[in-house]
Amino acid sequence: MRSDGSLTALMLFLPPAVLLFSLFVIWPIFTAVDLSFYKWNGYGDVTNFVGFDNYGILLKNSIFHQSLFNSFKLLLASIFLQIPLALVLALLLYRKTSANTAFRLIFFAPYILAEIATGLIWSFIFDGDYGVSAMVADKLGSEPFYILADKQWAFWTIITVVVWKYFGYHMMIFIAALQAVPTDLIEAAEIDGASPLKTIWYVKLPMILHAIKLSVLFAITGALQVFDIIIPLTNGGPSNSTHSIVSFLYTFGLARMNVGFGAAVGVVLFILCVGTAFSYKRLAIDKGGQL
Amino acid sequence: MKRSSLLSQLLRAAFLTFIAALVILPLLATFLGGFKTLGELRAAPFGFPSHWSFDVFIDILTGPVFWTYLRNSLVISLSAVVLTLLCASMAAYVFAQIRFFGSRYLQSYMLLGMMFPFATAIVPLFFQINRFGLLDNPLGIILPQTAFSMAFAVILLRSFFQQLPKELFEAAYVDGCGYVGFFFRFTLPLSTPILATVGTFVFVQSWNNYLLPLVVLNEQSLFTWPLGIMQFRGEFIVEWNRILAFVSLTILPALVFFTFTQKYIVAGLTRGSVKG
Repeated sequence: MRSDGSLTALMLFLPPAVLLFSLFVIWPIFTAVDLSFYKWNGYGDVTNFVGFDNYGILLKNSIFHQSLFNSFKLLLASIFLQIPLALVLALLLYRKTSANTAFRLIFFAPYILAEIATGLIWSFIFDGDYGVSAMVADKLGSEPFYILADKQWAFWTIITVVVWKYFGYHMMIFIAALQAVPTDLIEAAEIDGASPLKTIWYVKLPMILHAIKLSVLFAITGALQVFDIIIPLTNGGPSNSTHSIVSFLYTFGLARMNVGFGAAVGVVLFILCVGTAFSYKRLAIDKGGQL
Repeated sequence: MKRSSLLSQLLRAAFLTFIAALVILPLLATFLGGFKTLGELRAAPFGFPSHWSFDVFIDILTGPVFWTYLRNSLVISLSAVVLTLLCASMAAYVFAQIRFFGSRYLQSYMLLGMMFPFATAIVPLFFQINRFGLLDNPLGIILPQTAFSMAFAVILLRSFFQQLPKELFEAAYVDGCGYVGFFFRFTLPLSTPILATVGTFVFVQSWNNYLLPLVVLNEQSLFTWPLGIMQFRGEFIVEWNRILAFVSLTILPALVFFTFTQKYIVAGLTRGSVKG
């Protein structure tokens, strides 16, 4: 029998993807674990083994505590502000009319913008001399308020911008899910005299529960990895109060060539991301699919 | 009954318009800002300029750096798209069409990449790229970006290839066409919608990426536009009109691109969320 070329395809088609993936994704992640046990400034050989010292220093670092807490605040904002907003908008907009399409397009646009550009735009809006802050202060006749430099309020700007940028993304996920709900199911509920709110609560929401759970998962892993938005807005300041885990990693690990320390932050981030993703998937997604 | 539905329609429209305004106003202020003088920008950040000044736009468009940044970004993003599509579709094709020992393990191995936070890899990645001599080289960005898009691309492409009719291959096989030839002559041409979806996604991600170029590139002439724009801000820190003009000029192509490709972006997003 003539060869169908499956072996050739195997030898030719698989290696590029597997090789690239191994070299630039898997290998660095394993190396991060290894490096996190060393003290190294990036020059010469990696010889100064320090065991868990980097982790010890990290766990005692108050700026890192603040970064963790900030990421946690972003997570809460995503779940309790962003997703409810996205859900309401999706329910209002999921039917296919031209007005709805226009609104969807507008709400989704921030998601497409680069984080850096978004951060710059909002750093103008929040600038005490030029933007909204300046305008409000001017109207009230008060001193300009530099919110981005205010320790108490600066992180709220980051929360605002994150919600602004990503609510459209979650809305799109919900819209796709709502459009997949069989229309006769909704019509049946309406014929039976269910009010619109009851239809939403007993029919639509249960039918898109899976999408909501996934959306929460994306919000969690996304919140843990925020970086680009913070750099143009506050750059982690004032006095390091607005760092996220990743901006902490960049500022105190990479930029200062504290290689082992940076690697340790990366490993903690990895454990948080993969750990929450796995346990969340176990608890919420695999288990109770139906309501 | 009728009055209440009219009222709810009105409330609905008001709510949607309010949210839309919150999205549009910052963007509008950005676009208008570049046409204003600094004094006017300060007095009325959201209003229309009393006198439209094109000076800063002309400065930027005729200056040396803007086009360099855009070209660098375009080269990197397009290369990442082509390389991802090629490698991922070949691998996905093997996973979808050919049964072989270890296929499932290899697939689970690749799918691990979906969950891995990029920032964990960045520290070792820097030294890895350095060892390959790819610092200050576009390849030092293209290869890792391709690798990190791989898992997502393979998932989407594989599920699409699995849905292609099997009879097609059998017919081609009788006509003397093997797996390799079939891939290039039939599978790829039949898969343009999914290739466009994955390609658009990879492009947007690469185009907007900041952390990797920040770590890999030191030479300003190689900067991608997000690095360039931060550099530009550093130089003109108080001249907001100049910075806003620069931002406008860089997000405008992105918004135009988005308007034409949103179908693919949304498809990728929802497919990823349904299947993932």
